[in-house]
Order: sequence, then structure tokens, then C-alpha cells
Amino acid sequence: MKKWQDNKGWLFILPVFLIVAFSAIVPLMTVVNYSIQDIFGPGQSVFVGTEWFREVLRDQRLHEALWRQLLFSGLVLLIEMPLGIGIALLMPAKKGFGASLVLVTLALPLLIPWNVIGTIWIIFTRPDIGLMGAAINAMGLTFDHTASGLHAWITLMLMEVWHWTPLVALLAYAGLQSIPPAYYQAAKIDGASSWSIFRYIQLPKMRGVLTIALLLRFMDSFLIYAEPFVLTGGGPGNTTTFLSIYLVKIAVGQFDLGPAGAFSLIYFLIVLLFCYLFYQALLNVGGGKES
Amino acid sequence: MAQINLDEIAHSYLPDVQKEDEYALKRIHNIWDDGGAYALLGPSGCGKTTLLNIISGLLKPSSGRVKFGDIDVTDLPPEKRNIAQVFQFPVLYDTMTVFNNLAFPLKNRGFDKEYIDKRVREVAQILELEPFLNKRAEGLGADAKQKISLGRGLVREDVAAILFDEPLTVIDPQLKWELRCKLKEIHEKLQLTLIYVTHDQVEALTFADKIIVMYEGWIVQVGTPQELFEYPNHKFVGYFIGSPGMNFIPCTMEGDQIKVGDALIPVDKKTAALAKAAKGKLEMGIRPLYLKVSQSPDEEGFDVPVTGVEDQGSHRIISVDFQGFTLKARIAENDPIPESTARICFSKEWIRLFADEKLLK
Repeated sequence: MKKWQDNKGWLFILPVFLIVAFSAIVPLMTVVNYSIQDIFGPGQSVFVGTEWFREVLRDQRLHEALWRQLLFSGLVLLIEMPLGIGIALLMPAKKGFGASLVLVTLALPLLIPWNVIGTIWIIFTRPDIGLMGAAINAMGLTFDHTASGLHAWITLMLMEVWHWTPLVALLAYAGLQSIPPAYYQAAKIDGASSWSIFRYIQLPKMRGVLTIALLLRFMDSFLIYAEPFVLTGGGPGNTTTFLSIYLVKIAVGQFDLGPAGAFSLIYFLIVLLFCYLFYQALLNVGGGKES
Repeated sequence: MAQINLDEIAHSYLPDVQKEDEYALKRIHNIWDDGGAYALLGPSGCGKTTLLNIISGLLKPSSGRVKFGDIDVTDLPPEKRNIAQVFQFPVLYDTMTVFNNLAFPLKNRGFDKEYIDKRVREVAQILELEPFLNKRAEGLGADAKQKISLGRGLVREDVAAILFDEPLTVIDPQLKWELRCKLKEIHEKLQLTLIYVTHDQVEALTFADKIIVMYEGWIVQVGTPQELFEYPNHKFVGYFIGSPGMNFIPCTMEGDQIKVGDALIPVDKKTAALAKAAKGKLEMGIRPLYLKVSQSPDEEGFDVPVTGVEDQGSHRIISVDFQGFTLKARIAENDPIPESTARICFSKEWIRLFADEKLLK
């Protein structure tokens, strides 16, 4: 038997439980509700069990969207993580005007509303008046993200990298700043090369913040909606129809709440699964756990 | 390998220096012998670490030269200076095993595998780190971590000196003592020059053959623990070394006697002659250990009111009021404590006189 005093603590976290229940669990349960019923109207619903799940899992277009989404997130992480770390390493280490200027400049894309970002890039890449689009076309190459799937992907990747690499860079910079100078001094005395310093001091010391950066970037890129919705609307064709865009099409466009509910739950579980895997992997990589 | 020769070193962290106060180090000129165990002792901010970093090459002095033997190393980077440094907090390569940590400085210098293996095992044996060699360094205790930091210096056979920057700050008291013994042992075995920065006088006194006391960017005294205790060169040394520090009272001379308030204290002829010749503010200093509290009323001395008693375990410290100045005296554990008045005697051989904070000698 545990002591009675131990149980009193539950009273203190009860309010949090209630708030979380109302803010997260109740809405989630309504989704569960949709996913196992066929709803015709108020008061008119039939329990259908796992039918919607089976239907959604067999949906070819969803499979395609999932692969597209995985490719997108994978590319985003492969580009943004090394690039962000690289930028952080190049940033001025000492506090001062230079460092502040770089920090503010870097943070700018993070402050812009996401649909505005989409709009900015629509204009920026327009073949007729956009700075980038027009410049590329002036070089004799045709570039039009409304006509070519590849061009749409390139535009989206550029936008995503421009938008979110600063976050990785800022987190990595914070990680670098927290390394005590004695580590660099010891490495100097030990005759370590710059690569060794990066590999054995900076990278291990940044592990915590990089884990956070990786998880945030994975979740955000996997759930991306506003920017591709504004920029390409999922097209041309279905080339940029990511999971969330497809989900909204089912839920709002076709008003199929049952399949949409089932889809949402599967989507949620995929994100959860990947985050768990990343987290576990990063916890163990390079001896994070004490032996 | 070599003696360390500090030739007129001065350093300021500011780029453009006008006044003397702006120097963290003010004209350090000293020669440290090969194979000696030195402690740099002083309060926080006195320039100990600055001096250490100048020796290791992490800082370049604003002026002056650093020489190891005949070689001028002032412009050499740390990795070319053959020194090792152990920092206040254990600095380890967390993701490496203990073995790889110890091997790191050798690998960076391109030694072959066999030699590295042999050398690391030798050092691990000296430091008693053998059982941990294949473990990750991260999970070990603070004492083992500091040993690894030290080991990274010891593996290099060419190492001329090992510098310690308050290395025992994060170690538990019991282990501190063990590590200190280990350091002494290593020093005797390997005959390396050790320079040990600390603000803890006990550490300095037990570790070093010679102690360098620093104060506000100056070296105020270099000496053996005994010299520092008995003949503090500067008022600061008297105050900083010993627990509690030396008693100081402003005084004047009257004939061959010291006058404090209206009390006259006799001194020997030599001291009296020095005092008469000295210029500046005169002060008398005496260690609490040597300020005798007499049990017999016949002995020559002064009856003074007792203002406080402090029990320090093996002995007690009483405070007395002497001519308006508080003096501390040490009483052995078993001696009786005077109730309200005590008879204190100033013995001639332990009275030291200071003019403008400097010892008269």
C-alpha cells in the first residue's frame, strides 16, 4: 500500500486533466464518433463499425497522398536539418549587433502568417511578373508551377526551406551558445580538428535541441496545409495533394464525415508513431542513454 | 621538460588600456622550476585563471613573453605548447568511451594504434580507470570524470606541465582528499610540473611545494606554506592564509616599544629598528595561533574583556577587545576558556610589523 499522502497530489492535477479532457479528448472523441457511424442528419445515424476504416485504407488516392507526404517530409528534413545546423555554425558566436541582426533577419519568415507565405511565393514565382519566375524564364528555361508537377514541388520545397530552416538554425544556435567555453579550450589543447570539434562536442551537445527541431519540423511538414493550399491547391493534377489537403477535400468538399473521421484518426496515429520512432532513435544515437 | 619563465607579463581584457586598474594582470615576473608543484592561490577575480590561460596559450598576454625553458612560446597556440589543462568542470567527449577520451589527444596527433593502446592503458592504470575503459564517459561520477580530464593530459609523453583550474570544485569532500593524494602521487611518480589554481587555502597548502599568492593582479608572495604562514609578505597574505586570518592593529612606535592606544608592547631590537626606519601607515600583525591566552596572572600581558567564543571542533577561537580593536586568539580544546576577561600575551618572536600593507623585514 502506498501512503495516503501520495494520493493527494492527484487533486492538484485534476484541473489540468479536466482542461485537457475538454480541449483535446472530447473533440477527439467526436472524431471517433464520426468514424464508426454513418450519419445522415441530426438523430439519424447508423453504427457501421470499422467500415470507414476499411474503405479509407483501401483508397488508392490516399495511398498516393501518403507516399507524397512522406517524400515531402523526408526531403524537408534532409535539407532543413543540415542547412539549419550549418547556418547556426556560421552565425557570429559573440553577442553584439551582428548577432542580433542575424537573429532578427532569420526570424522574419517565422513571423509571417502561413497563408501569406503561400501568397508571397505565388507572386514571387509567377512566370510573368514574379522576380524568381520571370528571372528563370528570362534565362530561357520555362518555369511554371501551375503547369508542371516538378516545378510545383520545387517551388513548395523552396518555400518550405525558406520558411522553416530559420527555426532549425535558431534552435541549433541556442544549443551552440549553451556549450561552455572550456570545451573548446580543452579541444584546442587536445589538438582537435574543426571536424572533431563538431562531431564530438557541438553535435552531441546540440542533441537535445536538434531532437526538438526534428520533431517540430517533422510534425509541421507532415501536417502542412495552408501553404500548398494557397500556392497550388493540390495541383497541378494531384501532384501536390498532401494528406491534409486530401483530408479536407473528403471532409469539406464531399462532406463524407465518416471516412474523414477514420482518415483523421489514422493520420493522427501515423504522426504519433513517427514522432515516437524519431524520439527513441535520437535518444539512443551516439550514446544518449547512460550505459 | 622545462622551467616556465614569465617575463614581465601583463594582461588586460580591454583593447585600449589607460589606467593600471584596467589590467587583470599587472607585471608578473616569475620563474617556475621544472617538476615543481605550484599552487596559484587568491580570491576570485585576482587574475589566477587569466595567468593560467596565458601559460596554456588560450590567451595572449597584452605584453611580456612566456618562455618554456629557452623556447619563447608566447605566439604558439595551445596545441603546440605541450601543456595540458584540467578545468573546473569536467570536460569530456560525452559520446566517446573512456578509452577513446584518453586516446583522443594522441589520435589527433597521428600516433599509431599500438602505441595509443599501450599508452592509454598505462595512464588508465595510474589513474585507476581500467574498469571503466569501455564504458561511456557520460555516466561516470564527477571524480572519475576529472580523472579522465587529467588522463588526457598524462597520455602525452611530451607534456611539460599540467595546469589545473580549480579542478576539485565539483567533487565531494571525501573524494577531494583522495584525488589530491592521487595528484601528489602522480607528481612524485612522473615529476611533471603541476600548476594548480585554487581559492581554497587548504587545497593549496596540502598540494603544493610552493604557493604563489595573487591579489588584484599582482603576485604578492611566492613561498612554502610555512613561509606564507610565518612571514606573510603582504597584509593580504596574512589575512588570506590561516583560519581565522592574522590580527592586524594600527600602531605607532614609542621608543623601542609598539604603542596601541595607550598600551605599550615590547618588541625585539631588530623589529624596532625596522619600524623606525619605515615610512607609511604602520600596523602590527599577529597570528591567532601565536596570540597567547595566559592561564597565570603573573605573566606579562594585558587583561582584556572577552567578547565572543567560537567552537571550531579541535580548537576554539575567542575574540577579545584590545584598545578598541577586536583580536582573535586560538585556545586548544582542553584549555579553560576565560570567563569575562582574558590575559593575552604578545610574544616578541611572532609580532610582525607592516608599513603600507607590506611586511617590514
